[in-house]
Amino acid sequence: MTGNVGAAARAVDVWKSYGTGEAAVTALAGVSVEFDRGRFTAIMGPSGSGKSTLMHCLAGLDTIDSGDVWIGGTKVNGLRDKGLTELRRSQVGFIFQQFNLLPTLTAEENITLPLAIGGQKVDRAWFDTVIDTVGLRDRLTHRPTQLSGGQQQRVACARALVARPEVVFADEPTGNLDSRSGAEVLGFLQRSARDFDQTVVMVTHDPNAASYADRVIFLADGRIVRELHHPTAADVLDTMKSLDGDDRLVVA
Amino acid sequence: MLKATLKSVLARKLRLVLSGLAVVLGVMFVSGSFVLTDTLDRSFKDLFATVYSEVDVQVAVRAKVDAGDPEAALAGTLTADDLKAVESVDGVRTAVGDVIGSARPIGENGKVLTTSGAPRLGTAWRDGGQEELREGRAPQRDDEVAISAYLAETGGFTVGEQVSVLTLEPKRTFTVAGIFGYPGDRDSLGGELTTAFTEPVAQQLLLGTPGAYSGVTVRADDGVTQAVLRDRVQAALGDEYQVKTGEQLAKESADEIGEGLAFFNYVLLGFAGIALFVGIFIILNTFSIIVAQRTRELALLRAMGAGRKQMIASVVVEAVVIGVIASVVGLGAGIGVGALLATLFSTFGGGSMQLAGIAVPTSAIVSSFAVGIVVTVLAALLPAVRASRIPPVAALREAATPDRPLTRLTVAGAALSLVGGGALGLGFVDGTLWLIMSGLLVSFVGVALLTPLISRPVVSLIGKLLAWSVPGTLGRRNSARNPRRTAITAAALMVGIALITGVSVVLTSATTSITKVADTQIKADLIISGESTNGESSGAFAGDRMDRVLATPGVESGFGWYNDAVLLDGQQKFGVVVTDVPAMERIFGLDAAGGTIAPLREGEIGLDQVAATALNLRQGSSVVVQTTKGEQRTYTVAFVLAKSRVVNDAVFLPRSVVDELALAKISSAFVKADAGVDVGSLRRSIEPLFADNPEVSVQDLSSYARQQAAQLDTVLLMIQILLALAILIAVLGVINTLALSVIERTRELGLLRAIGMRRAQVMRMITVESVVISVFGALLGLVVGTALGVAAVQALEDVGITDLGIPWAQLGSYLLVAAGVGVVAAILPAIRAARLNVLQAVSYE
Ligand SMILES: Nc1ncnc2c1ncn2[C@@H]1O[C@H](COP(=O)(O)OP(=O)(O)OP(=O)(O)O)[C@@H](O)[C@H]1O
Ligand SMILES: [Mg+2]
Repeated sequence: MTGNVGAAARAVDVWKSYGTGEAAVTALAGVSVEFDRGRFTAIMGPSGSGKSTLMHCLAGLDTIDSGDVWIGGTKVNGLRDKGLTELRRSQVGFIFQQFNLLPTLTAEENITLPLAIGGQKVDRAWFDTVIDTVGLRDRLTHRPTQLSGGQQQRVACARALVARPEVVFADEPTGNLDSRSGAEVLGFLQRSARDFDQTVVMVTHDPNAASYADRVIFLADGRIVRELHHPTAADVLDTMKSLDGDDRLVVA
Repeated sequence: MLKATLKSVLARKLRLVLSGLAVVLGVMFVSGSFVLTDTLDRSFKDLFATVYSEVDVQVAVRAKVDAGDPEAALAGTLTADDLKAVESVDGVRTAVGDVIGSARPIGENGKVLTTSGAPRLGTAWRDGGQEELREGRAPQRDDEVAISAYLAETGGFTVGEQVSVLTLEPKRTFTVAGIFGYPGDRDSLGGELTTAFTEPVAQQLLLGTPGAYSGVTVRADDGVTQAVLRDRVQAALGDEYQVKTGEQLAKESADEIGEGLAFFNYVLLGFAGIALFVGIFIILNTFSIIVAQRTRELALLRAMGAGRKQMIASVVVEAVVIGVIASVVGLGAGIGVGALLATLFSTFGGGSMQLAGIAVPTSAIVSSFAVGIVVTVLAALLPAVRASRIPPVAALREAATPDRPLTRLTVAGAALSLVGGGALGLGFVDGTLWLIMSGLLVSFVGVALLTPLISRPVVSLIGKLLAWSVPGTLGRRNSARNPRRTAITAAALMVGIALITGVSVVLTSATTSITKVADTQIKADLIISGESTNGESSGAFAGDRMDRVLATPGVESGFGWYNDAVLLDGQQKFGVVVTDVPAMERIFGLDAAGGTIAPLREGEIGLDQVAATALNLRQGSSVVVQTTKGEQRTYTVAFVLAKSRVVNDAVFLPRSVVDELALAKISSAFVKADAGVDVGSLRRSIEPLFADNPEVSVQDLSSYARQQAAQLDTVLLMIQILLALAILIAVLGVINTLALSVIERTRELGLLRAIGMRRAQVMRMITVESVVISVFGALLGLVVGTALGVAAVQALEDVGITDLGIPWAQLGSYLLVAAGVGVVAAILPAIRAARLNVLQAVSYE
């Protein structure tokens, strides 16, 4: 089981559909993509284009119909629940749009939860680095209900990073935040890729958010239709417009 | 609105099933009790109608002291002259002298055969009687008997074999000449064991008097009614005789059993009440959780203009629906359980107790629905009101409602606990049952209201002891998350455990007291006593045996006692004749409070302090005494014993009245050995004196005390089994709370799984939460129950429970059971939590 050493995550001709018969929906139609180690990638596309599905399949949260998915050197498809759990715990970090934290735990406990679950020791130096980067030092003993939405998302980011996973997946992490809080989270994701060599994959609808990424992939109807490198927000917006023109049916 | 409610009930089937189940079990208990007792009642009526079917009028000697023991010796016997007098009454077709008494056959293993409540009878065989010979022939010689088919089956006897029987006399052996059944192909009438002797033998063995009869059974001439004949016979014989019609006797016997059954029914209903009380907690909790979970939905309804009353109605309607469904199911299940138990009961007598057919009395139906619906609605009322108070704006806010302060709850809880405790205390002092019951209920509610406050520190402490791993910590925190929810769930468990603990403390204290009295007060080395089965004691022995015991080398002194009910100034008391009063004084360590303790002479009686106080008598007072067989006489009180732990509420009579007692035999004897004599070898030399009577046992003091105490263990076991239902319902409550919490926390569980928590860890987390709640409930129950038990023991001092005994091992086992209950209750919710689809859980709304 050896994958491409350079890629942190890789999808090879992945097909995925929901439902059967007439109601069947093809969410992914032969997607092949590689996410290089230490890069920050944004996935964009109209609603229903398969962004979340792709991400779930990459992270082993959902099964695929055919093709192969690799995280680092591990082939994800074919793993049983135990293997997937292990994968999620050590190789993958998650940031959801909301409800990322356990209300009974403090911010610090939430951050170290993946390590605690696995019975691993916290690397104090790394923990401090992460905490300082997200700027949560004075909020560690707070419960999620005592934190603002932006702070909660930063805690979620810290948690995703603390186990040094192969890839961090973020599904619209700034979807519920105002632009300033969003910028903080995005800045943090950008830095973790740049400074800590952390691979980050983020789904977003916001061209401005996408402009933080090293690379932007555009999905439409379950296929990758365009790719940009180091774009500005304006580049992203233009591309979105042009894709809208290509396919009127999937106007968001 | 109604439609929306019904839809939401159906949509949440799990919730319906779980909260309904508590009501179903309670209602099942209620209707089951009614069906069972109704069926048994009718069956006994049928039985006695059969028993007395060939009796028009029956004559017996009127009892002077009614002891109410079916196997006890008779109040008096009738003579052949009495029989002639009856025969000569106009309208009498036949008059047959009955000879009926107690006869206990000995089984093949040498032990006396026992029944489950039915009598063991001896009779004189009568050709043409109710008995129908099935095998062999009637007894003709004095060493022959016929036995009932059920006796033959129980003892494994066949025609031609030997059977030994204990009667008024020690063991006698007979040959089985025949085996008989009863009309309707019955093997037995309600499980009795009957041995039929020839008449002279029966008269000697059963009545102790040759030529005597225990009663006369009369058949009337055609056209003469039972009542008319009864009046004629009564007039002819006079008031010393008791004359009753067959119908009257059948009704009286059935009524007597019916009273017992009614009491049994009350006991069962009491336990059903406890179960339903626990059920209220569960339903209250379920509805509270549901209302909390539906806060947004309800607020949305409010925002759209639904009124408060509509909100209350929507919850109450849901409760009524659940109540009705649960009542129907519970009624059905109760009928099944009642029928099953009745069938089981009927098989005890070897199928001899023919059931009158299962019917569902109206009382069962009415009470099932009343109880089921009232309980459910009552429990839902509080959550309903809470639902109506949800502000419309809650629809827009995040669901996290802030913890409401517990001050009001705590104050109310403290007040209720005090009121309940006070009522309970008063009830214990006067022995008023309703005060005790309502005091209990109110205190339980009070403690339940206090529970949320206690739960914070205690739950986190229990949690810390139990859980150190990450899932454990999460589980512990989850259980501390909603103090009210945890508290009610735990309180439901508390009720059952508290009651069991209270009963255990009282019974252990009783055992401790018995042992303590035996150890410190009674200076006897050996106790000779009869066995007691079904509450009736048999195995008495004649006075000359006692003389032989006393003559045995190594015996220093001893005394035997005869006992029977006597009337003192018309009040029934426990009367005792002691063979050697000074020996009793020494062996029991008695002191006089008035007069001197000395052998009683003719016309003298002795009393203990309790009896003297009850009868308002002192040394030197005179009192009219009526014994079972003797005439009324006036006695003088020669001595009054100081308060003692051995003798309680007894009247001592002189030896001259022995023959006036129902049974002129010693029921137990206390023997002191010479100094330095080995008690074991003394026992072995006394035992052969009673070789002909397996009902008599010779025991050393400690095994006697242990045997006495062991009887209480059976009582405890019965109560534990009945209260287990309350605990079972509480377990449902734990499952319910966990299941609803799992649903409520779907997203969290999904998140935990998404960041790598294993299934086993998820299950452990839920299990820890469950165990923490259960152990918390058990601890509460142990504390409350011990307090209850201690209070009851204080109140029961007069009855002879003088020493407090705390059954630590039992209490520990209850705690373990509770922990086990926690693990079991967690199984289903844990599996459900572990099986959650991670993706769906994360995006669960
Ligand atoms: N569990 C499911 N069952 C059936 N169809 C699904 C399921 N999940 C997704 N789909 C369908 O698969 C397609 C892709 O869905 P996906 O959630 O990946 O889109 P998305 O690009 O993330 O959209 P959005 O921007 O709205 O989040 C859609 O057509 C959607 O309807
Ligand atoms: Mg999506």
